[in-house]
Amino acid sequence: MSPDTAPPAPLAELLGITKTFGALVANDAIDLVVQPGEVHALLGENGAGKSVLTRILYGLSQPDSGEIRIDGRTSRISSPADAMAAGIGMVTQEFSLVDTMTVTENLMLAGVGLGRINRVAARARVLEAATRIGVSIDLDAVVETLSVGERQRVEIVKALFHDCRLLILDEPTAVLVPQDVEVLFDSIRRLTAEGMGVIFISHKLHEVVEIADRVTILRRGRIVASVTAAGLQPRQIAAMMVGADAATAGDDVEADALATSIGLESDSAAPIPEARATAAPVQGTAALEIRELTLAGAARPLLDSVSITVASGEIVGIAGVSGNGQTELVTVLCGMSDVTSGTVRVGSTDITSFGPAERIRAGLGRLTEDRRGSVIPNLTVEQNLVLEDLDGFRRGPFVSRRRIRAHVRALMERFDIRANSSDPIRSLSGGNMQKVLLARAIARNPRALVASQPTRGLDVGACEYVYSQLRALRADGAGVLLISEDLDELLGLCDRIVVLFSGRIIGELPAADATREGLGLLMTGHAA
Amino acid sequence: MRILLRASESRWLAPTAVLGAAILTLLLTAAPIRLAGANPLAAYERYVVTPLTTFTGVGEVLLACTPLIFTGLAVAIAFRVGYFNIGAEGQFLAGTVAATIAGLYLPDLPGPLALPLALSAGALGGALWAFGPAWLKRHANIDEVVTTLLLNPVALLLVQGLLNGPWRNSETGFPDSDRYGAGYDLAPLVDGWRVHWGLVIALVLVIATGIIMAFTPLGLRLRAAGQAPRAARFSGIQVASLKWRCALVSGAVAGLGGASQVLGVQHQLTASVSTGYGYTGIVVATLGALTAGGVLLVALLLGDIAVGAQNASIVLHLPTQMGSIVSSTLLLTVVAFLVARHYRIVRTRRKPE
Repeated sequence: MSPDTAPPAPLAELLGITKTFGALVANDAIDLVVQPGEVHALLGENGAGKSVLTRILYGLSQPDSGEIRIDGRTSRISSPADAMAAGIGMVTQEFSLVDTMTVTENLMLAGVGLGRINRVAARARVLEAATRIGVSIDLDAVVETLSVGERQRVEIVKALFHDCRLLILDEPTAVLVPQDVEVLFDSIRRLTAEGMGVIFISHKLHEVVEIADRVTILRRGRIVASVTAAGLQPRQIAAMMVGADAATAGDDVEADALATSIGLESDSAAPIPEARATAAPVQGTAALEIRELTLAGAARPLLDSVSITVASGEIVGIAGVSGNGQTELVTVLCGMSDVTSGTVRVGSTDITSFGPAERIRAGLGRLTEDRRGSVIPNLTVEQNLVLEDLDGFRRGPFVSRRRIRAHVRALMERFDIRANSSDPIRSLSGGNMQKVLLARAIARNPRALVASQPTRGLDVGACEYVYSQLRALRADGAGVLLISEDLDELLGLCDRIVVLFSGRIIGELPAADATREGLGLLMTGHAA
Repeated sequence: MRILLRASESRWLAPTAVLGAAILTLLLTAAPIRLAGANPLAAYERYVVTPLTTFTGVGEVLLACTPLIFTGLAVAIAFRVGYFNIGAEGQFLAGTVAATIAGLYLPDLPGPLALPLALSAGALGGALWAFGPAWLKRHANIDEVVTTLLLNPVALLLVQGLLNGPWRNSETGFPDSDRYGAGYDLAPLVDGWRVHWGLVIALVLVIATGIIMAFTPLGLRLRAAGQAPRAARFSGIQVASLKWRCALVSGAVAGLGGASQVLGVQHQLTASVSTGYGYTGIVVATLGALTAGGVLLVALLLGDIAVGAQNASIVLHLPTQMGSIVSSTLLLTVVAFLVARHYRIVRTRRKPE
């Protein structure tokens, strides 16, 4: 066997992988080849089948048909243990670390079977792995004190423990600030230089163009293109991802709009067109006024004297790495937990001590990141739509089914909810459920809307729909407080962006002056 | 073979599952009945069919199911809102004690005053017995399952203490109270039946509960609060307050059942006034899917089996406990089948090489 003539066997080959869930074909005869030393990017909208494919490769899910070859040999991967044995490692968005243990302990967990644990050897191996990816890790730090970026590095080190030769990274940059992304990319380059293969899933085109050697684009469970990354235009990729219509239309603006709406960052300057063409905020009238809001926590305040004013006809964004007080802020604003001090007003009404029902009546709309936690799963779409306003549909002591039905029909038409109104709401897709929640909040013409991660997990169409509704609400003179981890979404929609760090507001800038880099600095605590 | 969660289910699935459970119950209980020396088929006929073939039998079935409707409804109301009241037994007994206070100390009241007084006293007694656990749940978040359950033997001890002390029968000296005043008799519904007006009260409660649950804002809020408390709270429903109110109403319904039993059947307080009606109420509510109509149907069925068991013990010499074995097996199979219907079994064929 001469190395000059015979190319090395591909690291991993997926041949004709098909996976169906009921009527849904998640993967339709997918072929994918990963070469040693290659970063292979997988792109696609939500639900295109990327995660299903990687789950199959990692043994978390079994294909209906198809074959997996590792180093040219057919392999049966029926569990993550098989995958690890075959040299495949995966780092998902949700980390599998034990928060209360130290880094070393967590890493030892990954390697232990029965028998004695050799701490010294384990530490040596961790240090070696950390050196391989070119980062320094504090081995004795308790995981819960680490930043998200640091935790991710620990996860990668953990994967390397099993002599991993193919690393799957599922949206690794979604949770990272820009500075951490650079560190991650540096690590990826070091690993591929050693001959490791990497499957890299991302929604962000500039990242893909920067790091990937090869790009495979999935759409509705099929591969629509698999091309070398060099020289690829982000706009072309976006067009391929969203489908042939956009590609043949050749309309740059439309392609950009589609690209941004699925969370892709294209080259053009304005991520979301028409975003800046806003009605000037109505001066003087605050839709939502948060003053000196403080929520005490065990070690330090979870919210520390937060003051934000959202004017009528304005969208104010809150940026921040997750875990810096956003969840607590939304919980407090929704009336689900009491504040330690401070006041919240909707219009001129002080709602600080109000429960959820009174807040809704005062004109506060709520859209939280926990969609399934905002509905009663077993009640119907119809019942969920009117649950917050049952007394408005009373006839004598009874609820008027006729009036509810008319109201619900109008809402379902206006918000394009594609479901049967008598279906239990748990059977709805994420996008349709978000439409129900939007409809429920907007139907009451709120003065102020708190929207947290309103597009997380939604597909292109649903995202664009949510954006249009938020803009319409602003045009109608309501104030919107948008909490999001998607910087492009914030930059595209908001009039102003406030950055939360460690429960405090560390900076505020008009969206027109904001850049990803500037926000990224603020998000990591570097005040301007 | 793999077990998968069903994506959707046809409307016939749940009834089919219940039917399957009933058939399985017959198969499972055939062996013990055979061991006890009777023909299983004859026994089932005695349990289910015979009581309904005679006028007196129907009356006895209705009489037997009356307290079960009260306790079943009480448990269903509480469970529906997510308050797990296991204390219907104690609340039922508290109701009998409260009604007895009226019946013993104001013996001369005429019927139109005496009955409303004693029935209200029973409801109040049940609500009082439910008050402590409900208060602890609301203000200290102490698990109601433990507190309501532990108060059951306390209520029984209270009854026994009263009967061995102040309320000992003044004529016989037995631990049974004196007979109540004449105004305190809940009259029989029909001549020749022992069934009394307590059944009508129970049916009115069933209908009222059914209507409230299905057609009022309150009913929808209760269901929401019970199914997804956090989401219900998010939607502006005052979950803690609803639970509190339902806990007291549940106690009141159970207490009313106790009053109905002593006023309609015993006309005095005895230590054996409840033969576990409160606990059977949990079975009734669960099998009845926590709905008012379901409670009524299951109470009728269990009443039927209870009367049939008496009959079978006389004619077939089967121990009366065999009736409880049949009811309990039915509970287990129905609950198991209703859970199992959410899943389907898929046979995975080996791939042809």
